[in-house]
Formats: sequence, structure tokens, C-alpha cells
Amino acid sequence: MENDFEPKIVAFVCNWCTYAGADLTGTSRIKYSPNVKIIRFPCTGRIDFMLLLKAFSNGADGVIVSGCHPNDCHYTSGNFHARRRWVVFRTLLDFMGIDINRITFTWVSAAEGAKWAEVVNTTASKIKELGPYEAYRKITNEIWES
Amino acid sequence: MTKLGFYPGCSLEGTAREYNESVMSLATLFDIQLEQVPDWNCCGATAAHNLNKILSLSLPARILAQAEKAGMKEIIVPCAACYSRLSVTQHELFENSELKKQVEEVMDMTLSSPIRILNVVQFIQEFILPHLSEKIVKPFDKEVACYYGCLLVRPHDILQFDRLEDPQTIDRIMEQLGAKPIDWPFKTECCGAGLSVSRTDLVAKLSGKIVKEATERGAKAIITACPMCHANLDMRRSAINSYLAKKYDVPVLYITQAIGMACGLNNKQTGIYRHLVKVNN
Amino acid sequence: MARIGVFICHCGENISATVDCAKVSELAAGLPGVVYSTDYKYMCSDPGQSKIKEAIREHNLTGVVVSACSPRMHEPTFRKACAEAGLNPYLCEMANIREHCSWVHEKGDATTQKAFDLTRTLVEKVKNNHPLESIKVPVNKTAIVIGGGVAGIQASLDIANGGHQVILVEKQPSIGGHMSQLSETFPTLDCSQCILTPRMVEVAQHPNITLYTCSEIESMDGFIGNFNVKIRKKAKSVNEKLCTGCGLCTTKCPTKNIPSEFEQGLANRTAIYVPFPQAVPNKPVIDRANCRYFLTGKCKVCQKLCPTGAIDFEQEDEIIDVKAGAIVLATGFEIKNTDFFPEYGYGKYKDVINGLQFERLASASGPTQGAIRRPSDGKTPEKVVFIACAGSRDPAKGIPYCSKICCMYTAKHAMLYKHKVHEGTPYVFYMDIRAAGKNYDEFTRRAIEEDGAKYIRGRVSNIYEKDGKLIVRGADTLLGGKPVEIDADMVVLATAAVSCDGSESLAQKLHVSYDPYKFFAEAHPKLKPVETNTAGIYLAGACQAPKDIPESVAAASGAAAKVICLFSNDELTREPIVAKVNRMPPPIFSTCMGCEMCISICPYQAIDKENITNRNGEVIKTIAKINPGLCQGCGTCVAFCKSKSIDLEGYSNKQVYEEVLALLNN
Repeated sequence: MENDFEPKIVAFVCNWCTYAGADLTGTSRIKYSPNVKIIRFPCTGRIDFMLLLKAFSNGADGVIVSGCHPNDCHYTSGNFHARRRWVVFRTLLDFMGIDINRITFTWVSAAEGAKWAEVVNTTASKIKELGPYEAYRKITNEIWES
Repeated sequence: MTKLGFYPGCSLEGTAREYNESVMSLATLFDIQLEQVPDWNCCGATAAHNLNKILSLSLPARILAQAEKAGMKEIIVPCAACYSRLSVTQHELFENSELKKQVEEVMDMTLSSPIRILNVVQFIQEFILPHLSEKIVKPFDKEVACYYGCLLVRPHDILQFDRLEDPQTIDRIMEQLGAKPIDWPFKTECCGAGLSVSRTDLVAKLSGKIVKEATERGAKAIITACPMCHANLDMRRSAINSYLAKKYDVPVLYITQAIGMACGLNNKQTGIYRHLVKVNN
Repeated sequence: MARIGVFICHCGENISATVDCAKVSELAAGLPGVVYSTDYKYMCSDPGQSKIKEAIREHNLTGVVVSACSPRMHEPTFRKACAEAGLNPYLCEMANIREHCSWVHEKGDATTQKAFDLTRTLVEKVKNNHPLESIKVPVNKTAIVIGGGVAGIQASLDIANGGHQVILVEKQPSIGGHMSQLSETFPTLDCSQCILTPRMVEVAQHPNITLYTCSEIESMDGFIGNFNVKIRKKAKSVNEKLCTGCGLCTTKCPTKNIPSEFEQGLANRTAIYVPFPQAVPNKPVIDRANCRYFLTGKCKVCQKLCPTGAIDFEQEDEIIDVKAGAIVLATGFEIKNTDFFPEYGYGKYKDVINGLQFERLASASGPTQGAIRRPSDGKTPEKVVFIACAGSRDPAKGIPYCSKICCMYTAKHAMLYKHKVHEGTPYVFYMDIRAAGKNYDEFTRRAIEEDGAKYIRGRVSNIYEKDGKLIVRGADTLLGGKPVEIDADMVVLATAAVSCDGSESLAQKLHVSYDPYKFFAEAHPKLKPVETNTAGIYLAGACQAPKDIPESVAAASGAAAKVICLFSNDELTREPIVAKVNRMPPPIFSTCMGCEMCISICPYQAIDKENITNRNGEVIKTIAKINPGLCQGCGTCVAFCKSKSIDLEGYSNKQVYEEVLALLNN
């Protein structure tokens, strides 16, 4: 079945590894799905996971969080804090009934241009399969309206 | 009694009947029950993978599915070609879900999880070796050339079995039997394999190199674990000898036969009477 | 009221080929708060920058968005242009519509739409920017050079000659690196040691250079201009101040059979040893792993003999704290050993050697005094097979890259062999001959045409030993893949050049990026070849990728020039991207509750407690306080703060929130 749904995916990435990695994807002219748009952060440690929920309630169908590989953080330990927070947050989201398949948490280094394209493409096709995340917006709107 | 799944494949019912006999006798001796995969089919070697990718995967996949259906956690596959086809298929299908789906559709069966596929050397290491010393009645005290062939260790990425260019496992097992494995460079040299029937001249040339080298380095027997290698080195010996213009009479034994001989099994049990190159006990 | 200017760059055709720039500009003009929007062929060019400056003045802009390449490329350029027009530089943001859009998507509406979405996102961000003042930090004018090979030596001398202090840290007991092991160098065939050792001595005698051998980097913190580095100086068991380097100890040491690292295992050394006669410093060290005293508790022969009492078995590792403004990484490379090659015998054939071993055989100071004799029986080999690309350009071996130096040194080896063994025949198996460089191709041609090296284009499938010969089996692909068999006396593998063991952990200590092969990554492959992603840390030589001597030296001088540039300032301006704790009027003072979570997670110890006191000096509230001099702006504390009391300049909660909204709301 052809699926013409174009998902909106927001990528929260760190400046030093994944942003630079995505730059390398560009420099290497590796093509990927245009559904993903990047927001630059200094470090994954800066990413407040509440922003992910903000993204979902404002129309995102999927989210990518990506930074430096463990041990390679430009700021030594920001990515470890992000990972720890993610582990807790993910359980919480799951508990709350939020589809954690819509969040891709990964590491892409400044040298991994090809990996970035791969991450984007797999996420995009996964979200395409999952369809628009109306369920979440419906719930949040109901709460809003009641 | 240990019960293990078993896939003989076509060779072990035809040209390599003695291989099957020796594996079975050995299993009985070591109190192991080898249970055949129900309603097994051809693994597709050596032709299918050159002709049709899906067919070449579907044939082994069906064997795996049958084994899974019968509740087998592992299967023993003595033929190196079958071992290679089954291992490669399992690897490819569990790496590529798209391909797996396609193959499952073709065979109308499903594969849920990988099973352990053991070649004869791994089988011996795991189930025979721990009890071997107590069963040896007549040490195999000869110089031997351990010949692995190409299929037992390749592709290395998938099989992860032994060293790629200079394998050691058969050497170590033969040492346990009291043999002296020679150091030689042709352990994984090509024997001519599938050209056995169509290009006997090439087989004579390629296998001839192996027989000559083993003999010159002092081997009194060549030990193998592949029906194809055995066929080329044993069955094609007259062609080899006429190509080399010299009579080489070094016998070629399956590793299971060598163990059987050391453990006192008779010629009927080991099947060595079927060889074309005579084996002296 | 915000007055934003939007500037869409075509980047020649790099952007405009897939993005309709005029349309993006037109759409952007309709965004609330945007008072000016335009597109231009090259925004970063002089006229492009002038357009921005003019627009700032003419339209009284309060913010600028340049949609062009990556901000990692040109953010400083455009911020500077804004500053020149009187706009605070931190009111300028860049939308990346090249690397993240035009280069990675096909031409079409979706791509143009994405370029607009990205532009709009930054427009919403910049509306929430506010002017920031850059932070000034002092520069410590000492450089640390890590690695004392030819690159490290060159960088150290250049910086020291520029009048700055240099601390040179070398892992081995002597500086010199691989170059000190080489016999003669291509393409001139001048003696390697003859050109290197004077430079080594110069390092040792230079008043501005402090040399630490047997030393490694323990840890590093700080930032450009202000690095704090701990150096672990390993116990040498010899007091350098007392030792005169007479060498008596090394002649009498009873443990004499340790394979010499310098001689690549072709000769032995003692447990107390100087790696090679021209070593700098020329003082022995004890190899504790092999010393009889350390192994059995008995011996001490060297201590009894030493006329100055310099032997100190109790010496311990020393941790030296140093401060530096810049760091040059020059840790070099290693080569794969022959045991890496199953098809060439897993290293079991003594006469299959690697390129460095051949260098030692050919070296006048080597174990054979320069006579080419094979290791197994000392005979002069009549046929030598050289195999180029052993491991290199071989994805199956995990090394897909070209090791770069092998084509040239293999030609040199064939030549040296022929010059020393006139009746001998050198064979070279190769894939391609890569001899790009000044006088390089002429050199390889000479090896083939004048010295008669037999070049065979093809790979060697395996090597085995028979009747005292090494049978080399390969294919000649220029003759249609014809099998070739050569009964050689010796085989030399030009094994792949790989990154040094430990380079990954060093990169992690220094927060420097590295590639999948653990070579350190440059900041930009073309325009910043000696910089790393970490400001103040530079690269020299083969720690970045395989390099030959001229290239390593050039890179080292380049890195040194960067360091000297940096040191020409007394102060550095640093981006004011720092975290801040909010403050409010009494009685609240701040929403910070003083939980101190941020203090424990800050990687830079930049957060402290601050007591707020009343008129009587009594503490009424304790809140967090961030030291902007130490804060590096990672923002971890911002995400951690439970009461949302900390915010990060440049990436504030408001800014990123608006970005998310803008990115999604079409």
C-alpha cells in the first residue's frame, strides 16, 4: 500500500558531534528524507526532554535525539547525563502510554555522515508506518479543553 | 543419553555413506542419539546459489524450519557444504527481515529464532572430546595431514569457526588421538570441489597438489571432514596419480573414522572398507 | 518590536540548484517581525556582507538570519559583519540550508519548503536573542606538544623559536619516533638519522623546551588559553640528575635477551637500556617488566656499578601539573605487524618481515650494519618479494583507506636492496602505484627502470614455506590474472599504517574527535586541516592520517603557526554562551531552591553556592551561582534544574521552545 503521509520529525542534536556529522552528510552529498529538521543544541545534556512532549503536542510525529558517542562528549559528560535522563524518561513515557517507538535516541559522531542519513531514513520510514501521531494531540487537546 | 538433531544431507546417503556410518557408530559409542530432521530436503549446494538466490535460501530455510518444528535446539551437520549453506542462510535471513519474509512466503513456514548449527568438528569438540581418552584403545600414532577444505571455515565472518588460513581444531583433536599433525600450508587449499564430475582434469591437478604436498611432508594419512574433499582426494586418486605420474597411496580418512579406529571400532562400523585408497589398520 | 532581516544565500549553485531561494526570501518577507528579506549569490562574499550591513543600517534591524551554509562554517563571518554595522553579533543567527537541506535532498517543493521552515525557525529564535558581550580570558603562553616524533620535534622547535615555552611529552624513553628508525628517506635517499638527530639535540638544548620522556597525559581540563594538564612521568628507576649517561650499567646488565623495540625485534637489548645510541635524552631507563631485580628481588648489578649512584629502584611515577594555552597532538602512527595476516602465515615465518624491520636491516646503525640478511639464518636473500598494500585498502581487513607512504617506501626498499645486493632480484606486488608528490613518480620510475625492480600488478593470496624458501603465490592482473609463484628468500610486507594504541583514550581525555580508525579528526578537511574541533588543540603529523615526512613536517609547522598566532594575544575573547541563574527582586531573590543538583553534575566545577543575606548579615537563602569564566556552556545544568531557574545564553528555554514551535507550525 502506498503511503503518502509525510511525517514531521524534529531532531534535537548536539553541536559537536551529530550537527557536525549531519554537516558531513551534506558535504558527502548523501541523500536522505527531507522530513527531518534539526534544532541545534550545544550538547545533548542541554536537551530538556519536556521539549519532546512540546514537539509532539505541536504536531511532531517523531523525534530524534542524537549526540556524541559515550566518552566522546565535547563537555566530558553531558551525553551521559542525557542518557541517564533518557532511561528514566522513557520508562515514564511508556508508563503514561506514549509511544516510545516515535523517539529515536542515538549517537552520531562528527565522522559518521553516512550513519546520520541512515538514522534519518530509518526513523522516517518507521514514523511513516506508524502514521500521524494524532492520538497524542487528541489527548492533550482534551485535557486542554476540559 | 544425549539427544541431538541431525541433518545428513544427500552426500551421506550416497558417495559418503561411510562418513554417515562412522558418525552413527561414533554416536552410539558415546551414548548419543542422533535424530534426523523430519522430512528433510536437499540443502541446495552446490548449484542453487549460482542460479536463484531465493531458491538457494529457501531450501536450507525449510530444513531449519523443520528442525525448529521438531523442537531441535541444535543440529549436527557433518557435510561441510550443507553446514556452509545452512549457516549462511540462517545468518542472511536473521540479518535481513525483508528477505526472511520473502523466503517464509515461498516455503509457507516460519522461522522464529536461530538454532545452533554444528559441523562435525564442533560436534566432536563438544560431545566426544570430554569422554574420548577413556575410550581410546589403539592410539592413532601416525603423522597426519589435517585437511579442512574451503567450506568448513569460510565465510569466516559468518561461521566464526577456527582460524581462517591456518585452522587448528582438527589438528588438536588428532593430537588427542595420539597422532602427530604435520605443519603444512594446504589446509584450506581448493580440492576442485564441484568440478569433480565435469572437469576431472582440473580436480586431478588441484587435488594432486594436496596429496603430493601431504605425502612429501611425511603424512601417513589425510584427515578430512568434508564429503566433497574426500571424494576428490580418494575417488579421483587414479586420475591424480596419472596426472602426477607417480603412485601416491596415502589414505584419506574422515575424522570420525580416525576416532572410530582409535576407539576400536571395526571396519564395517567405520566404513573404511568402502574407500578406494586402501586403509591399513 | 522585532525588526528582523533575512538573507538567503545561493552559495553559487550549491543551494539554488535544489532550493528556490527567491521563493524562500519571498515567504520569509511575510513572516511577522521580518522587515527585510533578500537573496544573493554569495552572502559570504564582500558584496554579500555589505548587503547585510546596509540593511542593518537602513532598516534599523534588531536581528539577522542568514540562511546559507553550516554555522560551523560561517557563523563567525556573519556575526562579525553584523558587529561592523553596529548590531550586537549575538543577534545574528544562521539557518543551515546547505549541508542540512540543499545538498541532501532532491530539487523540489519539499526542499524549498524545508529551507523556508529552517529559516522561519531561526527567525523565531533570533526574536528571542538579546545582546551579549563576549568574555575575555587570559592566554597562558605555554604549549604542550604530545609526541616527540619528527612532527612533534618540528612543532616544538617552531613554537620555541617563536619565543614561547614548550612542554614536549614523549611516551618512549627517547624522542625521535619512527623517523629515527628509518634507513634512508625517499625521494632523495638521504640518511634519516643524519637529518633528524641534529634536530633532536636542538630540542634537548633549547632553553624554551622542557622535555618529559616516558611520560603520558593523565588528564586535561580547562579550555583554549587555559588548559590544566596532568602529565604522568613514569618511573625510569634512574635519577636523571645524577646519571651522566656513561652507559656502564647497560653493558653489565645480566638480562640481555629482550627484543629491542627500536630494532623491531631483530636485535636484543638489556633490561636497563638506552633505546638507541643517538637517543635524546641519552640516559638509560629500567624496563621493570623485564628487570631481574623487579622480577625476583635479587640482582641490583647496575646499582652496584653506577659511579654516581643514579639507580633508584624505589622511584615512583610522578604526576606533574602544568598549565598551557595550547596543545599540539603529534602522537604519530603504528604499523600492523606480520601476525595480522593469516594468509601470510600469522607471523610464523621469520623471513616474512614488515617495512620497519626492513628499514632496520638496511640501516647502517641496524643489527646487520646495513647488510641485507634475512632474519632466520643470516643469509643474503637472492629474491625478495615486497608486498604493497598489505592490509591497506582492504575493507575485509577493516582498513579501507590507503596508507599512503607504502608505495614510496616499497620502491625505496626495492632500490636499497638492489644497491646492496647487486645480483639480487626484487619483486614488488602492488595494486596501484601512488607516487604523487614532488619528485616521487621519478623516484618509482627509477626503481623500476634503472634498478630493475620487477613490479607485478596483483595481490598475493598466500605465502608458505618449503625447503627453506618462501613460496609466494599471487596473480598478475595485467596478464589476465595469470597465477604467479615466486620462491623467495625473504618477503617484506608494507603493512598498513594505523593509529597508535591508546589514541582513542587520549582523544577522549582531550575531547578531540576521531574517525572510525581512531585517527584524530581535523576541524575541516580542507580549510582547518591542523585544527581540531576543540579550540586550542592542534594536529601535527600522522596521528591525523597516514603521512610521510615532508607532510608531517609541514603540518607540524602549520600547527606551530596556529599556536604562535594564538599566543600573539594576551587575552582571548570567548563566546558568551554561558549558563545563568535567574535573579529577582526580594523577597524571592531567585526561583532557585538551592537543591545543589547542578553543582554535582557540572563537568567544569563552574557552579558554586551563593548565600543571600539580610541587612544583619544572616543567611536567608542559598542559591546556585555560575562562574562565567569556568562555564563552557554545555547546558547540562539547565536541563537538570528542577525549578527551571537556570538558563543558557544563546540556547535559552524560550529560544529553543520557539524554535520547536516554528519548526512544526506550517
